[in-house]
Amino acid sequence: MTKNLRVKSSEYIDETNRISFKFNGKTYHGFKGDTLASALLANDVHLVGRSFKYHRPRGIMTSGSEEPSAIVQVNPGTNRTEPNVRATEVEIYEGLEASSQNCWPSVEFDIGGINNFLSPFFPAGFYYKTFMWPASFWEKYEFFIRHSAGLGKSPTSSDPDIYDHRNIHCDVLVVGAGISGIMAAKNAAKNNFKTLLVEEKNELGGSTIYENNEFNKIDNKAPSEWLKKEIEELKNIKNLEIKTRTSVAAYHQYNYLLARENLTDHLEAKDKTNKIRQRLLKIRAKKVILATGALERPLIFNNNDRPGIMLSSAIKKYSEFYGVACGSKNVFFTNNDSAYESAISLYNKGINVEAIIDIREQSESKIVKKVKEAGIKIYWSHSIVDTTGYKRLNSISIMKLSNDGTSVTGSKISISCDCLGVAGGWTPAVHLYTQSGSKLKFDEEKKVFLPNKDTSEQISVGSCGGDFKIDEIVKNLNQKLKDSLNIKETDLDNIKVEIDQENSKRNIWLLPSDKPLGKTKPFVDYQNDATAKDIKLALREGFRSIEHVKRYTTTGMGTDQGKLGNMHALGIIADTAGVKMGELGTTTFRPPYTPLTFGTIVGRNVGKFFDIFRRTPMNDWHVENKAEFENVGQWKRAWYYPINGETMHQAVQRESKAARESAGILDASTLGKIDIQGSDASEFLNRVYTNAWSKLAIGKCRYGLMLNEDGMVFDDGVTTRLGENHYIMTTTTGGAVNVLSKLEDYLQTEWPELDVYLTSVTDHYATASLCGPNSKKILKKIIPDLDLSDENFPHMSFKETKIGNIQCRIMRISFTGEHSYEINVQASYGKDLWEKCIEAGKEFNITPYGTETMHLLRAEKGFIIVGQDTDGTMTPIDLQMDWIVSKKKYDFIGKRSLYRSDTMREDRKQLVGLLTEDPNEVLEEGAQIVSELNQSPVEMLGHVTSSYFSPNLNKSIALAVVRGGKDMMGKKLFVPMENKNINVTVANPVFYDEKNERLNA
Amino acid sequence: MFLINCPYCGERDQQEFKAGGEAHIERPKQPTELSDDEWAEYLFMRKNIKGVQFERWNHAHGCRKWFNMVRDTSNDEIKAIYKMGEKPPTQ
Repeated sequence: MTKNLRVKSSEYIDETNRISFKFNGKTYHGFKGDTLASALLANDVHLVGRSFKYHRPRGIMTSGSEEPSAIVQVNPGTNRTEPNVRATEVEIYEGLEASSQNCWPSVEFDIGGINNFLSPFFPAGFYYKTFMWPASFWEKYEFFIRHSAGLGKSPTSSDPDIYDHRNIHCDVLVVGAGISGIMAAKNAAKNNFKTLLVEEKNELGGSTIYENNEFNKIDNKAPSEWLKKEIEELKNIKNLEIKTRTSVAAYHQYNYLLARENLTDHLEAKDKTNKIRQRLLKIRAKKVILATGALERPLIFNNNDRPGIMLSSAIKKYSEFYGVACGSKNVFFTNNDSAYESAISLYNKGINVEAIIDIREQSESKIVKKVKEAGIKIYWSHSIVDTTGYKRLNSISIMKLSNDGTSVTGSKISISCDCLGVAGGWTPAVHLYTQSGSKLKFDEEKKVFLPNKDTSEQISVGSCGGDFKIDEIVKNLNQKLKDSLNIKETDLDNIKVEIDQENSKRNIWLLPSDKPLGKTKPFVDYQNDATAKDIKLALREGFRSIEHVKRYTTTGMGTDQGKLGNMHALGIIADTAGVKMGELGTTTFRPPYTPLTFGTIVGRNVGKFFDIFRRTPMNDWHVENKAEFENVGQWKRAWYYPINGETMHQAVQRESKAARESAGILDASTLGKIDIQGSDASEFLNRVYTNAWSKLAIGKCRYGLMLNEDGMVFDDGVTTRLGENHYIMTTTTGGAVNVLSKLEDYLQTEWPELDVYLTSVTDHYATASLCGPNSKKILKKIIPDLDLSDENFPHMSFKETKIGNIQCRIMRISFTGEHSYEINVQASYGKDLWEKCIEAGKEFNITPYGTETMHLLRAEKGFIIVGQDTDGTMTPIDLQMDWIVSKKKYDFIGKRSLYRSDTMREDRKQLVGLLTEDPNEVLEEGAQIVSELNQSPVEMLGHVTSSYFSPNLNKSIALAVVRGGKDMMGKKLFVPMENKNINVTVANPVFYDEKNERLNA
Repeated sequence: MFLINCPYCGERDQQEFKAGGEAHIERPKQPTELSDDEWAEYLFMRKNIKGVQFERWNHAHGCRKWFNMVRDTSNDEIKAIYKMGEKPPTQ
């Protein structure tokens, strides 16, 4: 039987707009303006979840984003489902469904609740201590632990929503739209600062907007009335943008902030489609004004977590703002005056308040007197020692506190109640402030950490800056605004504030019980079930650093990041260890302040927009001809062209044979191309390549190897001299970007005296590589006028000519060992060039081949691929490429390193060929190589780097790096595999046409 | 996320830049004259200071120019930015 606890109409609740929603399968009603929490409370539902470790029943504790307990799964079972959502932040809409988490089979009856009774066996570090041995059992333990743990369920199908990112630049960013934030934004904008005001809730005004305490007045009005007028005026201010439902998640250095703007979460399903759900705002602000307010903290006493136990300020907000009574027999437990304001708020609305338990000896403020006049019983110097009620609070027991606050005395009084408001003082929300790198200082008097040392252009105003009373807030805000914005007058100059608030407070971090601590459950972190007991245990076990205690006890490690209990954890540690809280410091507050969805983080960068990919100008032809593609860097390269259902192996065998027997064609457009010009271009190449370049004639090409300064091979490619001071360098496909960066680096920082200009022209040219014994005949058909004789156009030379009227550059160079040409045209003519070659080559069975065949053909010739046969630890000497290292040049990048004692070792891993005993056995790339089979342990001599079945040699071939391999020619080694050992022989890495006769074939 | 004042382009977001390690390590003019130890000192040894550090940065997604930065690594305060070849500021 549910009762309606809606007490009095509120202007923020639209009672004409009734909304039905489901919670745990049951239908409830609320009104437009309700949060899931307020609507559930109006239906007298307090039990909304189970705790993480002990599965204790938990209810709604707060009214904001700091909520630790009322976390729910929204729209379970749909592709829009979201776990770990705070019920206090969900605005209800028609059709909303939500369910409890952490419970099975239901929140009312949860089998995991047994953990609560077993809790003496689950101390801090339980998992670390228990599941350590035997080590092999961990997999079995893990299965059960994973099943019983976990917060909510992630969706199993893809997210239907759209997310977005936006950059914002502003003069002033104001975070939080309470009284301080509104007045700060208003005055900044009025003074011509381009201002952005963001607020996590859907309404402006913070807690002042429902502040009707009769003893507080601004300009003779109730603070709520006064603030409403101010908010009304915001509409007419230029330069001011206001974003509600926008939560700042991170505050990075240099005033760079990330905020999530929630656009559709409060809408019905039918209104969500085709709209951006959430937008990540990337804000760069010249000045930041933090007005994030303060969070009320609870009190830590025995069984302080039952459904029905809430923050005093939350009870007030539910009553004033949502018109909901959280209970019919309310009690408050406090160490300061705030609870009295909540009590009066309930009293004025006709909601019953049974008593106030105050740990202070007395307070004389007007509001306390008013409570006394209202006939509400106050128990001074008393503390709650226990509570009862499993799924809903039904009574509390109180006892008199000793003078030092460490024990209780006298007889126990039991008070029946169904709702308890706790008020432990206010903690400034300094999370964003510390994220920015700024430092806090502990204020001994107020018992809070306050902003102390700003590291960027920022101010903290209002209660997040330590001002809790409206008169202090207005006065200090005014001064801070004038100083920070350098303005002379503000709207705050002539405001008259009358207040009745006392700061008196008695701070006891852990309240005593009549039972020993070991028999009590005073929760510090509600979400992770960490109690004061666990913290003390951690200290007894020797943990001292706050960061260690946090991780050992998991205090503050839930999705709420311990917004309520962290201060108490620090306080208890300080008291127990006998140190000052200021010396202890805080744990690090890390972004995000409240959880972000993955969708918001990735924005539009999903699916095909996840990463950039590059296609060559011939791409359409490859697609039309059914090529399979592989990713090389960001490029989509044709991998092989299967015909009639060929496997990759079959296609590659066919393509490889055709390229050697007649003609093949490869799309080589992805090779990096760098245009190098300037009077010192030759000298520059001398310094960056291992071989000599000064004597390269114009119109000639040369292969070059580039090292890192540590002597290891970095990249390779052919460079052509186009003119006296003009070269074109090619790089590997994957290395293009890094090569250009490296060359620019040396040019700008080490050799600025060189007259050299570098331009990346990779995308400007399309390249078709025509190879095979008939390539010359095909080229002749395309360019009949060009003299292709070996005398006029020999291997390693270059011609600039035309195909029809299209300018083209042709290099006679070869990566396959065959007679071949690389034809370059302007990119937009690439497909045309390709089709011309295919057409002309038809009579020679010209065969397009992809990267896999290219790799096979070059492996037959023993040509390396940087990054496949090298791994950043191979020198040219290791690769048996001594021939390319100039002995005459005084210096080049990496030269000195080739003479280091380590790089000169004889037993370095060196590149060799491997032949298998069984010619049909193809080795696995990456397989390890050993010299002994019957020895254990055995040294791994190296590994296979490239391996193929060569159709042209009709046998398996492989390249490998082997320790001391250079001197092992003909030696038998072994490649041990899972089921067999493969016998191999070390061979010359050049398997095919060792004398290079085919280049001129 | 730093806001870096590129000496050629002005203030830009850190995303546009690439860090390039310690600054003012000159490549030896005559590497062959150096002992293994001296060469290793140039090649491998870099400072990792908590405090004021001199660094190289490159405006990789902008003008592609290299420049120097003085940065306090303990709080990421950028104290100075100056072009390649210019003398570091004395403080």
